[in-house]
Amino acid sequence: MTATPLPYEQLKGPTTVRRLLTTPTTGPLVALLLACVFFSLTTEQFLSGGNFSLIVQQVMVVGTLAIGQTLIILTAGIDLSCGAVMAFGSIVIAKTAAESGLPPLVAIALGLAVCAGFGLVNGLLVQLIPLPPFIVTLGMLNVAFALTHIYSAEQTITNLPGPLTALGETFPLGNTDITYGSLVTIALFLVFAYALSSTSWGRHVYALGNSPEAARLNGIRTSRLTIGLYTLAGAVYGIAALLLISRTGVGDPQAGQTDNLDSITAVVLGGTSLFGGRGAVLGTFIGVLIVGVFRNGLQLMGVASIYQTLITGVLVILAVTVDQISRKKAR
Amino acid sequence: MLRRSRSAFASIGFTALAAVSALTLTACGSGAQGGSGGNGVKVGLITKTDTNPFFVKMKEGAEQAAKDNGVELVSAAGKFDGDNAGQVTAIENMVNSGVKGILITPNDSKAIVPALEKARAKGVLVIALDSPTDPQDATDALFATDNVKAGELIGQYAKAAMAGKEAKIATLDLAPGVAVGVQRHQGFLKGFGVAEGDPSIVCMQDTGGDQAKGQTAMENCLQKSADINVVYTINEPAALGAYTALKAKGLEKKVLVVSVDGGCTGTKAVKEGKIAATSQQYPLQMASQGVKAVADFAKNGKKASGYTDTGVTLVTDAAKTGVDSKDTAYGLEKCWG
Repeated sequence: MTATPLPYEQLKGPTTVRRLLTTPTTGPLVALLLACVFFSLTTEQFLSGGNFSLIVQQVMVVGTLAIGQTLIILTAGIDLSCGAVMAFGSIVIAKTAAESGLPPLVAIALGLAVCAGFGLVNGLLVQLIPLPPFIVTLGMLNVAFALTHIYSAEQTITNLPGPLTALGETFPLGNTDITYGSLVTIALFLVFAYALSSTSWGRHVYALGNSPEAARLNGIRTSRLTIGLYTLAGAVYGIAALLLISRTGVGDPQAGQTDNLDSITAVVLGGTSLFGGRGAVLGTFIGVLIVGVFRNGLQLMGVASIYQTLITGVLVILAVTVDQISRKKAR
Repeated sequence: MLRRSRSAFASIGFTALAAVSALTLTACGSGAQGGSGGNGVKVGLITKTDTNPFFVKMKEGAEQAAKDNGVELVSAAGKFDGDNAGQVTAIENMVNSGVKGILITPNDSKAIVPALEKARAKGVLVIALDSPTDPQDATDALFATDNVKAGELIGQYAKAAMAGKEAKIATLDLAPGVAVGVQRHQGFLKGFGVAEGDPSIVCMQDTGGDQAKGQTAMENCLQKSADINVVYTINEPAALGAYTALKAKGLEKKVLVVSVDGGCTGTKAVKEGKIAATSQQYPLQMASQGVKAVADFAKNGKKASGYTDTGVTLVTDAAKTGVDSKDTAYGLEKCWG
């Protein structure tokens, strides 16, 4: 084996079982299932379609952000600006539709474009100057936060036209009401899971994350790929902005202030390595569900919310420890 | 490959360990919380954050009232001041867990409304504590301090204390568009007898009610005009921040600082003369009356409605004629935090 480990997905184990065990997503999935079993046993209300639908609704915004975050972390980058960019996008959509009178669909498109624009600027700075992603996105976090508050004049925007909150509406599936937004989030996860695992673009992303130099020498246009990834992540934050509006029914300038760290938490809990090149976007979905299940389950048990924070912290440290140890052993 | 698979097993072992330890923590947590259960009636309390002493006191009041009324209290909080999404999530989870009523101090008076409407549509009694929603009738009832009156009291006090001297006023406010902050600010100006935009108001800064930001704001105000002699502060942390800034310039004896809240730290600061006077409010009252209202609703189906003033008292050791006040001994007995 070379000094640089290959992406896990490319390692062919002799049996399906071994392959399953070596997937970084397996551990988080076991943890999620254990948590579900535990809460089903301790509370009466946990195990119901309505409650699961609710949990997915509650994680759809951070989950969607975490898709973009996964793309960037797979390249060994990090995005601290995602929540603030989303908040700005949501204010752009809400304000242009409710106050400037743009048709709702145009307002939504504008919001997506603005978020993608932030991603593009992040990508250009990271790739062309080049600057560390941490610093670039830290700066952009402040820029987007300030613009949100300036543009909104600190006012929550209400009375939004119907199409803006359409994704927050529900349809019945059996006895359970499901929001359209949950479906959008799940669909996004599936699309990105497919694209990352089964297209050449996906292979290139993993290769870039493992070693930009090796990727470049293998003929991958790493510069374009990186800038494209940041832009794509930005566009995904734009979708998160629309989901946020549909969930709360308002344009809220205070939104998203901890969502950057929450999305990183989901990515890490899902088994994606902060060192890049290893992990899976479906793991991120599991990671975000772990956070959602603990929050909901503890609330149903009547446990004070500060314990959710405590437990999430412990889980993150353990998840990173597992990643580090298995990386070392893999060498 | 053999080594790899062993490491994979190790990784799963770790994860299982992680899950087990997390669940053990949960069990400990729930153990610590238990013991307040009763006849199956659940009351939810959602505060802005769970670190501010004001809300800690509120929760204490709610816990005591839950015991007295034989109901079970479940609580949650936003992650930071202004966290609307966290409160929405808590409302949904509480409604799913079958609470009879929800008491909430909304982080965003407008943004919380749709979630509260959904809860009320499911028959949950919703009571706002401390701060109203916008519109106020998005909740069944409001139990809160009259914040205009709280501001007015310290305004009147400051006016009397200045005894006709020319005032140069700095206001250290909360944040734009937040009702509590706007009401106290306007109440203060009314009590002092000046209009918004009066030339005697030389500096207005937002502090978010935070001590460090209060200090920075005061430092900047002093840069702007060094002759400030009256400082209105949104709350006592902001007032103490202002005091630190004033002290650094040697101005702490020359400037009158007034505030609102009546927390124990703040009331002690009044006793020590760092703050001249404060309007004390009673979070414990808000919560205990709220819990009682939900317990009554569970018993006889009657919903609380309208606004209930939970009271405010001017606390100072340098009483001025014409302005009703209590001394700090009284204030310290009733303080929170």
